[in-house]
Amino acid sequence: SRREERPYCDTCEVFGHWTAESASDRVLCSCREDRGRSPQRDFHILFVPRRSLLCEQWLKEQGVLGSFIHREQYSLDLIPFDGDLLSMESESAFKECYLESDQTSLYHAAKGLMTLQALYGTIPQIFGKGDCARHVANMMIRMKREFPGSQNSIFPVFDTLLLLDRNVDLLTPLATQLTYEGLIDEIYGIQNTYVKLPPEKFAPKKQGEGGKDLPTEPKKLQLNSAEELYAEIRDKNFNAVGSVLSKKAKIISAAFEERHHAKTVGEIKQFVSQLPHMQAARSSLANHTSIAELIKDITTSEDFFDNLTVEQEFMSGIDTDKVNNYIEDCIAQKHPLIKILRLVCLQSVCNSGLKQKVLDHYKREILQTYGYEHILTLNNLEKAGLLKPQTSGRNNYPTIRKTLRLWMDDVNEQNPNDISYVYSGYAPLSVRLAQLLARPGWRSIEEVLKMLPGPHFEERQQLPTGLQKKRQHGENRVTLVFFLGGVTYAEIAALRFLSQMEDGGTEYIIATTKLINGTTWIKSLMEKLEPAPF
Amino acid sequence: MSRVRADEEEYWHSSKFRAFTFDDEDDELSQLKESKRAVNSLRDIVDDDDDDLERVSWSGEPVGSISWSIKETASGSTSSLDGRDSSLQKGSSSYAALPKQASSYSLSSLFKGRNKLSSFQSLSDALTDTGVKNYAPELRRPKAEYKDYSGDWSPKDTVRRMQRGKVCSLERFRSLQDKLVLLDEAVAGHDGNVITAVLIFLKRTLRREILFRELEVRQVALCHLIHFLRETGEQKFLLDLLRFLDRTEEVALSQYREHLNIQDVEKRREFLKGCIGLPFSAEDTSHIQDHYTLLERQIIIEANDRHLEMAGQSELFRKYPRKASILNMPLVTTLFYSCFYHYTEAEGMFSSPTNLKKTFKIPDKQYVLTALAARAKLRAWGDVDALLTTKNWLGYTKKKAPIGFHRVVEILQRNNAPVQVLQEYVRLVEDVETRLNLATKYKCHDVVIETYRDLKDRIQLTAYKGKVERGSAEEEKINSILSNTQIRWKN
Repeated sequence: SRREERPYCDTCEVFGHWTAESASDRVLCSCREDRGRSPQRDFHILFVPRRSLLCEQWLKEQGVLGSFIHREQYSLDLIPFDGDLLSMESESAFKECYLESDQTSLYHAAKGLMTLQALYGTIPQIFGKGDCARHVANMMIRMKREFPGSQNSIFPVFDTLLLLDRNVDLLTPLATQLTYEGLIDEIYGIQNTYVKLPPEKFAPKKQGEGGKDLPTEPKKLQLNSAEELYAEIRDKNFNAVGSVLSKKAKIISAAFEERHHAKTVGEIKQFVSQLPHMQAARSSLANHTSIAELIKDITTSEDFFDNLTVEQEFMSGIDTDKVNNYIEDCIAQKHPLIKILRLVCLQSVCNSGLKQKVLDHYKREILQTYGYEHILTLNNLEKAGLLKPQTSGRNNYPTIRKTLRLWMDDVNEQNPNDISYVYSGYAPLSVRLAQLLARPGWRSIEEVLKMLPGPHFEERQQLPTGLQKKRQHGENRVTLVFFLGGVTYAEIAALRFLSQMEDGGTEYIIATTKLINGTTWIKSLMEKLEPAPF
Repeated sequence: MSRVRADEEEYWHSSKFRAFTFDDEDDELSQLKESKRAVNSLRDIVDDDDDDLERVSWSGEPVGSISWSIKETASGSTSSLDGRDSSLQKGSSSYAALPKQASSYSLSSLFKGRNKLSSFQSLSDALTDTGVKNYAPELRRPKAEYKDYSGDWSPKDTVRRMQRGKVCSLERFRSLQDKLVLLDEAVAGHDGNVITAVLIFLKRTLRREILFRELEVRQVALCHLIHFLRETGEQKFLLDLLRFLDRTEEVALSQYREHLNIQDVEKRREFLKGCIGLPFSAEDTSHIQDHYTLLERQIIIEANDRHLEMAGQSELFRKYPRKASILNMPLVTTLFYSCFYHYTEAEGMFSSPTNLKKTFKIPDKQYVLTALAARAKLRAWGDVDALLTTKNWLGYTKKKAPIGFHRVVEILQRNNAPVQVLQEYVRLVEDVETRLNLATKYKCHDVVIETYRDLKDRIQLTAYKGKVERGSAEEEKINSILSNTQIRWKN
């Protein structure tokens, strides 16, 4: 929560995305506290992203609802994060959909899509895979029917909407992302496009000060494509970032050298006019060099390498059916529980479920080392399908892997020719589905689609004849891919890669309920072990 | 921090934006206006007639500022390189620079906020008018506030209004039939907020048996109620519901979850005891049983040790005071604790490591690892040795480590074991390469020298001479090996 005092607004608190109770609890506390201190104050309540009747009900029970002069909502469905990225930032969407069967977030996703269509035209084609996708498509069709006024006369920007359930591809978020942005997120966590970094590497190197006072506050940086350099490197495999940075460094120093050649007033003037741009570029380069150094310290560590090796073995189908030594070692050394859960779930997904004996072994080790109460978390993971016994006795993963070419042995990290570069070998299943939908179409992979959970479908929305697109030769199609339940930065990178392919023919815009990585995702599924605040 | 705030302040004051405008027209009128506005807004997007507002891009910088133009030229040059119209992909929102064509507005225009009262409005704004304005004097409002003034809304309209964030009275729905129609409408609307609101109403006004029976055939509503009960912690009601539905395993887990809210350990223990008989899956039952047994043990150990520590007679507790109580710690932590403070106790004692090992069937590997870490921390190298020594039936002793000797070395090294101790175990690492690595890393010279000798690697051995001290015993050893004519060097 954020509190700021302003001249015309006594107290302003912003409550976003909390459970009704925890939010109202905070409101209540600060409200009582303030009322005691200064009874003449006015109170207002503003719900972001939406009003909660449950929360109001609770405030009413506590007898404070009447103290609020305004109760308003600032409804946010899809929040733009970048030129090609929208997110609802609904942290619990996956948990609600798959554990609690609460599909409210899907309702808001559908509403967000309606808004988008009102602005950018009706999307003529809808494809989808998964139960939630089906549900959202149904709601969209219904909403369109119920609000005929929403029929608009805007020429459609999007040709296709692809709705994808996160549970169609449980594998991808569990693996460690290996793009630059993905790694920043894995290691430091990107929140609302901001990242907080350890300050040591960002100390100003001014002469005379001799580093006497190192900054102690974390360095906070905003990351988006408005920064030219970041736009260039964010989606690259981390191994390809170093060479770009050093090339840039050379260009910038050369540009600064130019000043010696500026002789005439005109030349000097021209140089000076470029100065702001050059200085911005230099500080951007300095920042990213520091970040890359921080990341390199980690990616070159033994443990990072061991962890990655195990992940890649699982994803390429090696030894997924027995207890893994490295995982056992990590448990013995009490590595963070989330790391263990990511690996065990990855193994389970890559084996279409674990053999009962293997599953029991892991469970026992985890409970004995981290505490029996985690039985609740393990249960949640089972319910979400992330950790499960192999019931059918058949492992479908190899078939899926081969048909969709999820594992590529000859991956080119520097000049990629396939999306698998984002995980240095593994091509994210979700993005492969998008790629195959564009060419040659899903009909070619019917068998595999049937192995993945939930229905796949196609819907068409009629357009007035005047708005139907007559495609110019060579013109790209635009597809909106909506990930229900979250998307990772590596998946986004893979889609951007497809957008940029010479002969790709399709550009992608990405929308999601939440930007996630394996850690934040698993965390959202873990049982909260602290007692409730009241 | 303060600088950031100043910037923000400046932004809000200097820009001509208005973040929010509350209008106070009454309902009907504002609805009409809003639909009109929605229509207008579409035109606004298309026409985009220039007004005198300052343009502000997504990054918050006024369009036209230096850094903005830099970014602008930058993104412009990249897209021209691509040679295709990718306005949607442009990083910065270059709204003003884009051609005036509806289809090529960047997505970022979506969240530019309302430039002026009537301009940019999205469809959802038009559909969900955020109503309920109230300017009456506050703090004590008439109860009637929550009544709906205009009265007779149909179930469908009621749900619609609630979806738009309006408060509606549900009390009008008296008969069971009416209530169920209302619930079904809410479910059909898919808005969980409304579904939950209706469920709260039904829960308050219907008998449990009837509510349960009706929910059993309404799965979506049922899930919402379960979620709601879980969030609000209405445990008893939740358990009744789950029992009615025959979801026995869920009942068991839900009940077990309750123990987290019990702070008092005695009460928690009692509670866990009660959980043992619950219908868990077979595998889980044994874990719950273990959880109970563990806490029971911890309570006994804690009482004893606290007493010991207070009395101040045990040297161990004096020298290494306990950092925290052992209550509610995981099993492996408890084992470590017991290996640390109670290593030599007879198996009959509850606090002895061997007793814990037996009771909880702790695997050998886990046991050795934990005991090793505890004894190494105390620098009890004799115990370490004993732990790794096994006797066969002939009475010969042999060193054995179920976790591998490289792990043993790692643990000992982390506890600053002296080289003499360390090298004994480095020597036992089977893989030659690992052994050499560890020996070199931890300066176990003897092991390095002997390994090179066994490998008959004269070059490496000669090179290693540079790494030991001049005139030391190690140097002498290397010299004597190098001058040994018996050895047939491979190089």
